[in-house]
Amino acid sequence: MYPAQFDYRRAGSVDEALGLLQEHEDAKLMAGGHSLIPMMKLRLAQPPVVIDIGRLDELKGISEAGGGVRVGALTTHADIAASDILAASCPVLAEAAGHIGDAQVRNRGTIGGNIAHADPGSDLPPVLVLLGASVHLQSPSGARSVAAADFFQDLLMTDVGEDEILTHVDVPARNAGAGAAYLKFEHPASGYAVVGAAASVTVQHGRCTAAGLVVGGVGAVPTAVDVSSLIGADLSDDAIATAASGLDTEDPLGDIFASGDYRVHVGKVYGKRALAAARDRA
Amino acid sequence: MAGVLGTSIKRREDPALITGRGKYTDDLLVEGMAHAAIVRSPYAHARIRGIDTSAAKTYPGVVAVLTARDVAAAGIPGMVPVGWLLPDLKTPAHPMIAADTVRHVGDAVAVVVAEDRYVARDAAERVAVDYEPLDAVADVVAALEDGAPAVHDDAPGNVAFDWEIGEKDPVDAAFAQAAHTVELDLRNNRLIPHAIEPRAALASYDSSTGVMTIHMTSQNPHVHRLLMTLASLGMPEHKVRIVAPEVGGGFGSKIHHYADEAIVGLCSLKLDRPVKWTATRTETNLTDAHGRDHSTHCAMAFDGDGRITGLRVDTKAAMGAYLSTFAPAVPTYLYGTLMSGQYDIPAIHCHVTGVFTHTAPVDAYRGAGRPEATFVVERLMHLAGEATGLGPIEVRKRNFVPADAFPYQTQVALAYDSGNYGPAMDRALEMIGYDDLCREQASRRGNGNGNGRRQMGIGFSSYIEACGLAPSAVVGSLGAQAGQWESADVRVHPTGSVTVYTGSSSHGQGHETTFSQIVADRLGVAPEAVEVIHGDTDLVQFGMGTYGSRSAAVGGSAIAGSVDKIIEKGKKIAAHLLEAAAEDLEYEDGSFRVAGSPDRALGLGDVALQAYLAHNYPDDLEPGLSATTFYDPANFTYPFGTHVCVVEVDTETGSIELLRYAAVDDVGNVINPMIVDGQLHGGLAQGIGQALWENAVYDDSGQLVSGSLMDYALPKIHNLIPFELDRTTTPCPHNPLGVKGVGEAGAIASPPAVVNAVVDALKPFGVTHIDMPLTPEKVWRAVNAD
Amino acid sequence: MTVSIQLEVNGKPVQAEVEPRRLLVHFLREDLGLTGANIGCETSLCGACTILVDGSAVKSCTMLAAQADGAAVTTIEGLARNGELHPLQDGFWEKHGLQCGYCTPGMILSANYLLEQNPSPSDEEIREGLKGNICRCTGYHNIVEAVKYAAERMS
Repeated sequence: MYPAQFDYRRAGSVDEALGLLQEHEDAKLMAGGHSLIPMMKLRLAQPPVVIDIGRLDELKGISEAGGGVRVGALTTHADIAASDILAASCPVLAEAAGHIGDAQVRNRGTIGGNIAHADPGSDLPPVLVLLGASVHLQSPSGARSVAAADFFQDLLMTDVGEDEILTHVDVPARNAGAGAAYLKFEHPASGYAVVGAAASVTVQHGRCTAAGLVVGGVGAVPTAVDVSSLIGADLSDDAIATAASGLDTEDPLGDIFASGDYRVHVGKVYGKRALAAARDRA
Repeated sequence: MAGVLGTSIKRREDPALITGRGKYTDDLLVEGMAHAAIVRSPYAHARIRGIDTSAAKTYPGVVAVLTARDVAAAGIPGMVPVGWLLPDLKTPAHPMIAADTVRHVGDAVAVVVAEDRYVARDAAERVAVDYEPLDAVADVVAALEDGAPAVHDDAPGNVAFDWEIGEKDPVDAAFAQAAHTVELDLRNNRLIPHAIEPRAALASYDSSTGVMTIHMTSQNPHVHRLLMTLASLGMPEHKVRIVAPEVGGGFGSKIHHYADEAIVGLCSLKLDRPVKWTATRTETNLTDAHGRDHSTHCAMAFDGDGRITGLRVDTKAAMGAYLSTFAPAVPTYLYGTLMSGQYDIPAIHCHVTGVFTHTAPVDAYRGAGRPEATFVVERLMHLAGEATGLGPIEVRKRNFVPADAFPYQTQVALAYDSGNYGPAMDRALEMIGYDDLCREQASRRGNGNGNGRRQMGIGFSSYIEACGLAPSAVVGSLGAQAGQWESADVRVHPTGSVTVYTGSSSHGQGHETTFSQIVADRLGVAPEAVEVIHGDTDLVQFGMGTYGSRSAAVGGSAIAGSVDKIIEKGKKIAAHLLEAAAEDLEYEDGSFRVAGSPDRALGLGDVALQAYLAHNYPDDLEPGLSATTFYDPANFTYPFGTHVCVVEVDTETGSIELLRYAAVDDVGNVINPMIVDGQLHGGLAQGIGQALWENAVYDDSGQLVSGSLMDYALPKIHNLIPFELDRTTTPCPHNPLGVKGVGEAGAIASPPAVVNAVVDALKPFGVTHIDMPLTPEKVWRAVNAD
Repeated sequence: MTVSIQLEVNGKPVQAEVEPRRLLVHFLREDLGLTGANIGCETSLCGACTILVDGSAVKSCTMLAAQADGAAVTTIEGLARNGELHPLQDGFWEKHGLQCGYCTPGMILSANYLLEQNPSPSDEEIREGLKGNICRCTGYHNIVEAVKYAAERMS
């Protein structure tokens, strides 16, 4: 309930934040604080220095960029859920953001903070992996981008280096004829996803030309399911169920609410339902 | 004032609470206040080899660090007592601060007092305790096994008590001759009360007066004062004042006397300054007395007509690491005595073993014993509906105690004073549209070989509860170390307005509103002319507090008694003033009138003024117009009702969706329907929560793994549905108001209604039982069991 | 170290030096004496500490006072205007939307935010919109009624 003592630095620019990060070993970046502050209150995190980047307007907002959509790292879940741009070009991301926590959490929590924390029950990671989003990181030595599929490395571990700041996420434009859906099996206590299934299906001229399924909550990182069997198929319920049943995780997560076996089972069911919903939206 | 009773007047408590002006304990900010942080055991069972407080003591801002040595040095009793004794009960010592052994995660080992609450927590982390971890046992069944780690050396086999009620031989005979039997092994899941306000205390000792004032989260300030002075602090009772300011819910958890509040008192006593402690959610969940936690085998026997011939119950009930205030009473006198339910059962035997475990203590939580009993009876009745072929309605109706059989003596001590069970069930069936639901269910079962994905189930619960534990002499003979009456001092002021001092201390129930309605109705004044004072041991005469759905039936009756005394006295004064005989006076609508002479009348205010002037006054009468009553009820009250739950189960994932919930309750006369409905709503949410979501889980090492809201699922708004309520009214025959109590009914009735509904939905899959909470995984596994 | 902050609380300017670790809820409750926002958990789930920051509902237990620098904060104490209850306060009173009252300030401010976003929500939207606030007393039935009551009067 009471964070340990720390020094507080507020960055006025990305460059200043990068400088502070270099200056202070073990410093933590704070965006909305909705992943970090709860950990600090329980003293599970005790950073000596917190660098507040919450006011960097350059990292906020949703814009069309390069045929896709750019979402600044400090964009709140509420803004993502309500974005007209995303509603038009990538509604599944808005849909997933609308499932995060509750209204208050969505008002403060940011996409950057969320994915940098990489909770396996978070709603955004499977969607970003599904969409083939790229995560952009900046360090004093320059900028780089990494595919969402490679960004999430393990439980609460990402590709963000100690000297790097996550600046934005780029989401490619959706294909014509594509439908996508995110379905969440919510933990009744935490509100996190026990299982979150993100699926997309593209139908052109009555045929499925592309399909994807990524399931969160089952493994330490989002689990992509090979649903290529659907390409060229009739997208019947049976074909979808067969494709979703390919979900496989070697070492599924489990807790007192849902065991690993059960999570895999629900992952398949929700995968199937998400694919069906995506088909119906295609 | 006519029309006040039975009316939904808005609560007078609310203006402060909706504007943020209500002051809860942690809201109290006083000059010179220091903050306490309690150092707690991270182990379920360990020996304390030593405690090094030096780093904490020298941490900037720290005022003091106290351990068990300081308790001893203070020369105070330093204990946390148990307030209900059973025959042969083992009562191991429960020190305020553990001296050599800790027995559950959260057991207090030291306390840090600092100028700031953040600093207190910093320093608490710097108290170095050298623990020798010992084997622990958290499970109620495992604790009874041979070789289980002992929680207390003076409680062999971890048995706290061995208790029974009813007669075994007739039950055995009934089973030997039964046409049908049903049986069940079940767990009644352990719950954490979760008042949203965590426990807190602000102790202010003033050495110049020798008075200790403790503001704390209490459901019963006088009981807390008694136990605090007698067993913990050893101060004279008249030098301790306990105040319950606004209290943010309790549900039982704030009845009990805990170590923590006593520790804060000790800190203030030693430092001669105010000290505040406010539990974090984690702390309060580790130390609040939990609820339920039973392992039970039960069975019911029936004759060929589907009439119950016998009931057998054997329960292992967790007590936790120490005996909490009323803990021994909960799985015994509040459980075994309820086993007859609404039914005429000729033979009942209930055996209960109280078991120590390395966990937080278990004590009264909303319903306290009665939900557990109702769960046993109503789950068995559901199975009986299947086994006898009578179905859930007919098997119940056939066994209801008939309306003309009251008063009805059960085989488990209680004598039901009144009841009429059939109409409540009929009304519930009508509200829910039972026949249509059955058709819908049949059509879903017909879908795909009876295994359609979304199955619907309908579950019933016809419950009885016993409210207002009473009378004192009886509960005393059963081991209570307290009376079970309630007090009320009603004072009519010289201008005719009224102040009520009630021992029934509210923590969200709206006593100020309902009690003012009782006075307004009986005394013929406006409710606004009545002030209600509670929750302060200096202001109010000794009282027992609020729990067990007792406040209206016992506290309200005490108020009614005082009002009646005032009217009697007022008649004597008015008779004197009107030069009439007191016997000829009537009291109506706030006026004393001479019968037959309507113009010869005096208002209450006129009489009150004369009572205080005492100028023109009867010779044989004392001045003043107030009365005190200590009301000791003749019996419990017996609310009852039938609840129906309708669920949809996604058999593919095991997820449950609530579709409908209808409840018909008979709580006797109703003072404020809005408040009564609100109590039911809240109780239903908690009972449904127990059935579907809530679970206090300890792992094998005794760590509480669902101690935060990240893992312990409270009912949330988006997971609940609107409740459909109605009432029948069978007034209580033995109290002046005819009221029975409503605080716990929802939590008592609803768990079996929900579980019966889910089991009913899964009938095509051969499912007969799933232990609460009915998590999706458990349901899915039951559906897919071979 | 301390951080200087300037903010507006219930329309009044406030200036303070705070420890970086000081949570906004403690700053409001203990430093400003605005004890309406309550603390019911430490995992950002109960919502009892909900306030409005620049018009948005946030959990003040999951925000540093330092983060509120420059913000306009509204607490339950600032909701009634000119001595007149806000329709939501009225609704909670009228419909018995509270019992112990501990969750109520947060619940009302969350509902206020909900109605700002969606002036005439359905029952389901009310239940979805308030899922970040836990009440242990009411079973939520009358909270939904209270919000509907207020929505009607505010429209």
